[in-house]
Amino acid sequence: MKIVFAALLVCAPAFAQVDFSGSWAPLYHEDLPDRIPGPELGDYLGLPLNEAARLRADSYDADRISVVPEYQCRPHSADYSMRGLANMRVDVIRDPVTQRAVAFHTRITFQEMERTIWLDGRPHPSEYAPHTWQGFSTGAWEDNMLDVFTTHLKESYLKRNGVPRSDKATFTEHWVRHGDYLTVATVVTDPVFMTEPLVRTQTWVLDPAQVIARDICETVSEVPKAADYVPNHLPGTNPFLHEVADWYGLPYEATRGGAETLYPEYRKKMEKPEHPRDRCERYCSCGAEGQVCLSPTSAPPKR
Amino acid sequence: MRPLRCYAPLFLLCAVTANSQQQNFDQVEIHTEPVQHNIYMLVGAGGNTTVQVGSEGVLMVDTQFAPLAPKLMAEIRKLSPGPLRYIINTHVHPDHVGGNAAIAKLAGSDPALPLKIIAQENVLNRLTATAPGQPAFPELGLPIDEYGTPTKNLHFNGEAIVIYHEPNAHTDGDSLVLFRGSDVISTGDIFTPGGYPFLDIERGGSVQGEIAALNHILQLAVPARTQEGGTYIVPGHGRICDDADVVEFRDMVVIVRDRIRNMIQKNMTLDQVKAARPTLDYDTEYVTKGSFVTADRFVEAVYKSLSHATEPGGPAR
Repeated sequence: MKIVFAALLVCAPAFAQVDFSGSWAPLYHEDLPDRIPGPELGDYLGLPLNEAARLRADSYDADRISVVPEYQCRPHSADYSMRGLANMRVDVIRDPVTQRAVAFHTRITFQEMERTIWLDGRPHPSEYAPHTWQGFSTGAWEDNMLDVFTTHLKESYLKRNGVPRSDKATFTEHWVRHGDYLTVATVVTDPVFMTEPLVRTQTWVLDPAQVIARDICETVSEVPKAADYVPNHLPGTNPFLHEVADWYGLPYEATRGGAETLYPEYRKKMEKPEHPRDRCERYCSCGAEGQVCLSPTSAPPKR
Repeated sequence: MRPLRCYAPLFLLCAVTANSQQQNFDQVEIHTEPVQHNIYMLVGAGGNTTVQVGSEGVLMVDTQFAPLAPKLMAEIRKLSPGPLRYIINTHVHPDHVGGNAAIAKLAGSDPALPLKIIAQENVLNRLTATAPGQPAFPELGLPIDEYGTPTKNLHFNGEAIVIYHEPNAHTDGDSLVLFRGSDVISTGDIFTPGGYPFLDIERGGSVQGEIAALNHILQLAVPARTQEGGTYIVPGHGRICDDADVVEFRDMVVIVRDRIRNMIQKNMTLDQVKAARPTLDYDTEYVTKGSFVTADRFVEAVYKSLSHATEPGGPAR
């Protein structure tokens, strides 16, 4: 009798496995101004950046995207793609014989980002293997939560304002389904640019009618340039770094980020802003009750 | 442990191998990483070795250090029993040419299927230059099939192989090797992801030549969908890369060049430039414990290269 019971356990579907397959529409209520209109230049608040990351971001000139053709058709990297225009379809890849789930395969509209999360216990590639935008991901179940570990990422960004994330970074995700809602918590570790891990969450709602269309991109040289020209701000010359502090009435030091700006205690020691604002003038109702993010009309206070 | 020999024209370059001299080559294992089609990257203790195999035999790009030759050949024999027909040296440094003679000896000699060792002529010139009291580079390993033209073409194992001379980049004798059918480029030390480039100013290297060579790699490489894959790049050291990785590296060199050029225009001395830390935001990425090219060394090379270029008679590139 004991043997029969044990056999039943083995043959039954794994209790912990959850089906994430389907079409998922992203919900942008978390960090909406960052994700939809896009982050402000010089806004590093809440990012555990080190000195190197800060200078790299300060040097970033967004002209690079139009002047350097190789940047034009880059997708987001896997750690950021879940935060962008992340309409996502998830398919289950099954072993044709055993019907066990071998992997989840995701496809996100923007730049046709495709990613595979292997569930079959395969090892990660060697340290000499190529890195990709989506990296190499393996998943393991922890009760009803899927824990995903990703390595072999290409150098990319933590935010679309030039805050870098290195190719030595790895990240862990925790996928949890609550009925028709999917939440993914992402924990990025980067020994090159961060002093501690960065945790962010994203949520989707099941949307069976959603269509994941093609998004074909071809690079075009739009601006004539010398071959050895890469747009960048020399140290100390970026004129845009104070904008976010001035627009939102924040102390400049806070916008420079660092691990302590992650935590609520930082508010107690935060300095007064140089240009306090008595009312919100920029992206004030962005995303609230379904409102679109209107183009900002206000200019930062004159310095 | 047997210390490495430093050949006459290369005695100044023994610093390149300083770390390797501390190593026991007995402990080194050769790792073979498939690249694409019939191309493999062999990683040991020197620079990366690129191997192409096929029905006509074996072609190697760079040979690491002499003591590793038996292990390298053993790995190659796992890929192909065919004759070793070509060695191409990407440049003169001992971690790339050091195994030439030992590999040639192990490969044997068949008059009908001779081994040719190819390099840009400046590599041969430097390897055959003599310095008093230093051993000569072994004759068997000299790249006597040198070339002095901008490109040299081969057709081997069913594909076109184009060797490009990249003047005054990492050195004055750098070659890129394009495997046109397999869509792979072997770059030598022009491209070293994970480490600053070693601009060997004493041997004709320059920052402008380095940038030009990196841009040439980007011209030759065609990424596939989503700007990744397509042409794969075997760097001088480090993992297999593609176009996007070279873009990041090129951008780093250009941005550091821009910063140091700006400081030179402000009449800052080399010490002042070093103190200003113009590579601060790249050091955590490109310098690790034991790096041969430290931040200061890279800054100094760029500074000297730019300063030299502005002097009368300095290199035009």
